[in-house]
Amino acid sequence: MNHDQARYGDDDRYEPLLSETGTATVDVDEASPLPTDLTRDELELPTSSEPELSRHYTRLSQMNWSVETGPYPLGSCTMKYNPSFTEDVAADPNAAVHPERSEETIQGTLELLAGLQDYLARIGGMDAVTLQPPAGAAGEFTGIHVAKAYHESREDDRSEVIVPASAHGTNFASAAMAGYDVVELPSGEDGRVDLDALEAAVSEETAALMLTNPNTVGLFERDIVEIADMVHDAGGLLYYDGANLNALLGRARPGDMGFDVMHYNVHKTFATPHGGGGPGAGPVGVRKELAEFLPRPRVREHDGEYELYDPERSIGKVHGYQGNWLVLVKAYAYIARLGDTGLEDASAKSVLNANYLAEQLEYDIPYSPFHHEFAATAGDRDAADVAKRMLDYGVHPPTTKWPEFVPEAMLTEPTEAENKTSLDDLAEAFNSAMADSAEELAAAPSKTTASRIDQATAAREPQLSWHALDDEE
Amino acid sequence: MTDAGRHERADGTPYAPHTSEETAAMLDAVGADSEAELFDVPDDVRFDGNLGIEPRSERELRAELSSMFARNDDLTEFLGRDHHSHYVPSVVDDLSQRAEFLTSYTQYQPEIAQGFLQVLFEYQSLIAELTGLPVANCSMYDAATGLGEAARLAGRVRSVSGTRVLVPERLHENKRAVLDNYVDGTDLEVATYPMDDGNVDVDALSDLADQGTALVYVENPTVRGTIEERLADVGAITDEAGALFCLGTDTVALGLLEEPESVGADIVVGEADALGMPTAYGMGLGLFATRESFLRQVPGRLVGASEDTSGRRTYTLTLQTREQHIRKERATSNICTNQAWVALRTAMHLAWLGPDGLVDLGSQCVQEATSLANELNDIQGVRAPVHDRHHFREFVVRTDQPAPAIAEDLEASGHAVHVVDEHLLQVCVTDVNAAETDALVDAFEEAI
Repeated sequence: MNHDQARYGDDDRYEPLLSETGTATVDVDEASPLPTDLTRDELELPTSSEPELSRHYTRLSQMNWSVETGPYPLGSCTMKYNPSFTEDVAADPNAAVHPERSEETIQGTLELLAGLQDYLARIGGMDAVTLQPPAGAAGEFTGIHVAKAYHESREDDRSEVIVPASAHGTNFASAAMAGYDVVELPSGEDGRVDLDALEAAVSEETAALMLTNPNTVGLFERDIVEIADMVHDAGGLLYYDGANLNALLGRARPGDMGFDVMHYNVHKTFATPHGGGGPGAGPVGVRKELAEFLPRPRVREHDGEYELYDPERSIGKVHGYQGNWLVLVKAYAYIARLGDTGLEDASAKSVLNANYLAEQLEYDIPYSPFHHEFAATAGDRDAADVAKRMLDYGVHPPTTKWPEFVPEAMLTEPTEAENKTSLDDLAEAFNSAMADSAEELAAAPSKTTASRIDQATAAREPQLSWHALDDEE
Repeated sequence: MTDAGRHERADGTPYAPHTSEETAAMLDAVGADSEAELFDVPDDVRFDGNLGIEPRSERELRAELSSMFARNDDLTEFLGRDHHSHYVPSVVDDLSQRAEFLTSYTQYQPEIAQGFLQVLFEYQSLIAELTGLPVANCSMYDAATGLGEAARLAGRVRSVSGTRVLVPERLHENKRAVLDNYVDGTDLEVATYPMDDGNVDVDALSDLADQGTALVYVENPTVRGTIEERLADVGAITDEAGALFCLGTDTVALGLLEEPESVGADIVVGEADALGMPTAYGMGLGLFATRESFLRQVPGRLVGASEDTSGRRTYTLTLQTREQHIRKERATSNICTNQAWVALRTAMHLAWLGPDGLVDLGSQCVQEATSLANELNDIQGVRAPVHDRHHFREFVVRTDQPAPAIAEDLEASGHAVHVVDEHLLQVCVTDVNAAETDALVDAFEEAI
């Protein structure tokens, strides 16, 4: 597809920085009503007028790719369409309340939270849900803390969390942050959990096994019941990373597979916008026995009235208040818009799209049958170079070089939001880039705002603010 | 379901564009008879039941949520503590809602994401300007999780040998609870130091801070709205103890109060969302800035400047070897998804205010609090402010009559205030509710 991204600027830079269009310095001691020893001496900030700001940010937005611009098939990221109406319902002024209002005065807010908890519990096959974690990684941190509190309540001291080598980096980091030693589980020959390796890894030290299902190459862990038994027999808990839940909506539920704790990535599965990196939300679902450990406060309904309460053995808090409210409203609206049939169809179409796209690709795809995403390999080409070249064909490339056990991986998740024509264009971008010469790949991209960016120097000589640029000059 | 349009199907998501012909052609291409055939899910874990979630039309849902939220009482909020509201100009809503910003992902392909990367670079620069510290990340979830990360950073830094995190005895209980979880799993422990008439008891802190201390956390303004007067002394005490000094604050206070770097702060955390975010039930934006020497220990994403092959200045995520997707269990933090879009809004709001606007807004926070406290103090049986300090936005009020009953009466007349204890209330005033202070004073008189 033909595509040229907007490119404002001159020979030295693209859009000027706010600081380059004018700043002013205020003498704060002079201007403030406080004694001067309590105030800063001066303050220098940009001084753009509203019309100038409007143009600045509009231009910057035009130099940015998004779901509404075109295909965005990042594997494990689920960049699906974000319905417009969810923005409107989240902006309701009646919902704009301070987090320390008394319960009786925010019944509507609590009703939404209770409703979303219920929806998520149904979808995950879980008994209780907290909406407090503000992102997927925060959900993992919460879930592992819940597991820890559970073991401690049984005076069962455990020191290890098992994580497959192919797992998201956050799994390792979250388990480590909660104080556990991380035991890495090598991937099996077929791309799934190797039961022998798991047998060897599981012990009385195992607090939990963290798994994604379908896994990071889109394969369903067919031995999940056996895996759950092995972990449970050793006294451990099974944790579900919800990053790939979009594949299973209405067709399979983590709770039914034997998972004890899970997090949902509502910014993936439930279509809340990623906002350039966040905010998201990472609600955590648990089975009954673990509900008393969830973060406080929780919401419940009693005779049509909603109230907050602190679970008996709560782990405490993982966010200053109740998490990312606006994101939670959008997730509720999306789930309710789709309902049972829509959710099931969303999964079906996401899996159909991944399979159809894969069928059009002239790439080796080592692991199948995959679901909503697949890992193609760029073979003897550099996946990162192929990705840069894809930018010139008017699409965003997939996740590259991950998971690591697939050589030169291109992890691709088209989501349900693309139609056949769009997938054909995407396939053409993949195939054209692969067919292009090494020189063409090295020279890419040329149709994006910026050409290839020198990331090594950026890391070697960090310049993290406009002050650092001034120092340089 | 009665909305008009081609996507109104009896079953199926309205957000997948497939016509039935396309679906059939695609199934044919992959050699399957149905979508169900594509699922490799064993029978014993297949879900055959109903979730029981009734699909609704867009129109129905807007009505449903509108009436749900109408169940919230319409109160004028004089609430603050760890969450403060200021007027957010329309231009921030308008520009931040542009789909190119809102529906974009983390900038892993910088060449096609220069717009958002520049926004984040500008945000980092604005925070660096406000704090005086050169390294600001592009967000934590909120002030509480930012404090948790600051404590963990202190625990990792080689120059710090202590393990005790000293926090004020008066700290928002939620923030303390989050901090406790962040240090659980490290060898850090949290202890408190006393306050003196609302502010840090500097002499007591001096006795407590020793080589066993890793971090001293001080807030300015404090959770009761008082403005600290001896921050430079805290900086010196902390240095002496070989610990780090972490200052908690917010983006409005930073425009007016002492610059953190100038009092020796090593880390600044707090509510960046005081600007740019409307009141949203506590959804925040965690500020995080620190010194150059701790660069490799910073949690979260950083945007740096670089060049492209044309020689033009560009921006890219940088120093990613600190992060979980590269460093796994040895990462500085598990944070991945952050609050980037809120950072965009905060930067916009800061730029819109400019230096005069920000200083004016901060000044208003001082003046409004002072005059409202004076007016309440004139009421028989009420003393305000309780602390003999300067105040920013909020202050504590002593009432002869039971405070919870007064708060209840105020609520009945449409005003929300915070109950501190049996005879203390806390009242917060900003530009958002300043026009309602007369009504609050009247309601107070009624309630007494």
